[in-house]
Amino acid sequence: MPINYYIFLSIALFAIGIVGVLTRRNAIIIFMCIELMLNAVNLLLVAFSKMHHLKAAMTDITTKAGTDGQLFVFFIMVVAAAEVSVGLAIIVMMYRNIHSVDVNFLNRLKH
Amino acid sequence: MKNVLQIVYLIPLLPLIGFLINGLGRKRLSKSIISIVGCGTILASFILSIWVFLQVKNGNTHVASYFDFISVGSLKIPFAFQIDQLSSLFLLIITGVGFLIHVYSTSYMHEEKTEHFGRYFSFLNLFVFSMLLLVMGANYVIMFIGWEGVGLCSYLLIGYWFKNTEYNKAANKAFIMNRIGDLGFLIAIFWLFAKTGTVTYGEVFTGVGKLNGSDITIITLLLFVGAAGKSAQIPLYTWLPDAMAGPTPVSALIHAATMVTAGIYMVARSNVLYSLSELSMNVVAVVGLATAILAATIALKQNDIKKVLAYSTVSQLGYMFLALGVGAYSAGVFHVMTHAFFKALLFLAAGSVIHAMSGEQDIRNMGGLSKKIRITYITFLIGCIAIAGIPPFSGFFSKDAILLATYEKSPVLYGIALFGALLTAFYMFRLLFITFSGGFRGTEEQKHHVHESPKPMTIVLIVLAGLSIIGGLVGIPEIFLKGGDKISEFLSPVIAQHGEHTVSHSTEYMLMALSTGLVVAAIIFAWIKFRNYQRSEAMSFGKVLENKWYVDELYEKIIVKPINWLGSFLNKTFERDIIDWLVNGVGRVVNYGSRQLRLLQSGQVGSYVLLMVLSMVIIFVIQFFLRK
Repeated sequence: MPINYYIFLSIALFAIGIVGVLTRRNAIIIFMCIELMLNAVNLLLVAFSKMHHLKAAMTDITTKAGTDGQLFVFFIMVVAAAEVSVGLAIIVMMYRNIHSVDVNFLNRLKH
Repeated sequence: MKNVLQIVYLIPLLPLIGFLINGLGRKRLSKSIISIVGCGTILASFILSIWVFLQVKNGNTHVASYFDFISVGSLKIPFAFQIDQLSSLFLLIITGVGFLIHVYSTSYMHEEKTEHFGRYFSFLNLFVFSMLLLVMGANYVIMFIGWEGVGLCSYLLIGYWFKNTEYNKAANKAFIMNRIGDLGFLIAIFWLFAKTGTVTYGEVFTGVGKLNGSDITIITLLLFVGAAGKSAQIPLYTWLPDAMAGPTPVSALIHAATMVTAGIYMVARSNVLYSLSELSMNVVAVVGLATAILAATIALKQNDIKKVLAYSTVSQLGYMFLALGVGAYSAGVFHVMTHAFFKALLFLAAGSVIHAMSGEQDIRNMGGLSKKIRITYITFLIGCIAIAGIPPFSGFFSKDAILLATYEKSPVLYGIALFGALLTAFYMFRLLFITFSGGFRGTEEQKHHVHESPKPMTIVLIVLAGLSIIGGLVGIPEIFLKGGDKISEFLSPVIAQHGEHTVSHSTEYMLMALSTGLVVAAIIFAWIKFRNYQRSEAMSFGKVLENKWYVDELYEKIIVKPINWLGSFLNKTFERDIIDWLVNGVGRVVNYGSRQLRLLQSGQVGSYVLLMVLSMVIIFVIQFFLRK
């Protein structure tokens, strides 16, 4: 498959994520949109890494070129998992306090 | 081997130590300790000065360099003292006359509280210190330090009785007038440095060829502005008569040993420069002569004993500048020396009179004092004869040297100067006769109280009287005694000599006889007129003289008033309407802007995120499309 398709898919996912974050009010959906953006990036990383690796393997089959991109994806997934756990905890606390997960109630930042 | 004169730093250091001890310990030390410290340090300096003078006389001159005072880029100013004929002579005058005035002060100021007594002596020591620094410095910057120092000390001492507003005003006047002159001096130093790259005397004078004619003229004229401020010449002379607000010994110190002679010293020191500029020389001579005449006419009608003496100082300083202006530098310096003796004597004797009259200074309320205060009378008389210029008293020789040099330059100037000498004799003897002869015109209480001053004062008067009599003998003209003109001979290494005498001996005798005859006539006229002085109101022209030609009023009108007006104009218009408007405007803009910007901070997470995304897009666009 040409790399273009991966890039278009990734851009689409990222844009959906941004629009979701900007427009939705439910904290959990916003959270999911953030994950969506992260995964859009992950997809891109994997796609480029694969492309790069294939190109290098044509001349040298034992090459390790391009593998670091895939490794990086694992790091992002780990960080994202940690972030999700903290974020969900915050959302739970938020629900306990104001009985809602609507971010528009969270306008106390300026005080 | 090091030159023995390297040790001269002690001469100014001792008065400085005296200043510190008396200044810091004025509340703890007793009056006798303060007196001993005050006089002792000056005496030690005086003894050192004599030693230095003898060294110099034997041909040992030296520039004692101690450390780099300023060293920035190409500007190198060493802290160095120049010991040569000119400075060693001034050292003797300053420390010698200064010491006598200190001794006199111990008695004159004895009524003061201990604390103020200590303050007085510390200022006096600082004054002498500054003046020593001024004459000893080996470059214009060190001279300027001393120059400012004497300005400061004159302010402190004129305003010594600081509870009197009038005295404080007089002190301010002296300081501000001096500052005007100092500005000229300062610009001259900058100019000199810009053109020659050095301010050290030796280098400036040997490298004088680097300067072109107009530079020299400008520098010397600016230096003369400084000298006019410090030495009270037209148009900056009005501070000196007002400086009478200080205690009388301070007046003596300012007028005789320190302060006013600084201008003469500076011009004499820079004689190499002055000799190269015809215009500057003429300006100095004409301003000097004009001051001499103007001050002499004012002195004719003053009724305050100290004011008469003050104007006579201004007038005598005018003569000194006349001498410098006609190129007779050594005659000018000679007159500084003799003037130091007889003017110190006259002031201290006047102080003794004031002391005897319990603080009265108006001569109209005196009279007939000659019998009651004999020593004061006789010494005052000697001072008057000396200043009037009757041979063989000191004033005669120095004034004659000046008049002769003036005659060689221009008979017209000579005529005017001779007229001034006539006035000098007249107003001094008017003062003498009104004060000491006729009947007593004061109150009964004063009459009973009149008494001779205590020993320390009278001894000083007698010493100064002796100096006033014999002080002129170092400069006897050649025609009386071959090789008699010791002072010009002594000063010749540092001073550009004006050529050989061009007048014949017979002319010289005639000029002397003329001036002496006229002076005697003036004295006799004063005796007839004022022997039995009766109070009378001044007539039309006398009124003008009594009010000092209304010069103070004129300055008030044409300088002080417009400056005040300009100040209040700038305050009202420029300061409030423009500067304040600008400053307040900046404040208002910031205030308004921040009020608008604050609306962005809504507290809504959504809007923050939106802004964040928008700005990221903008940065992306800038990076992507606008970067070359």
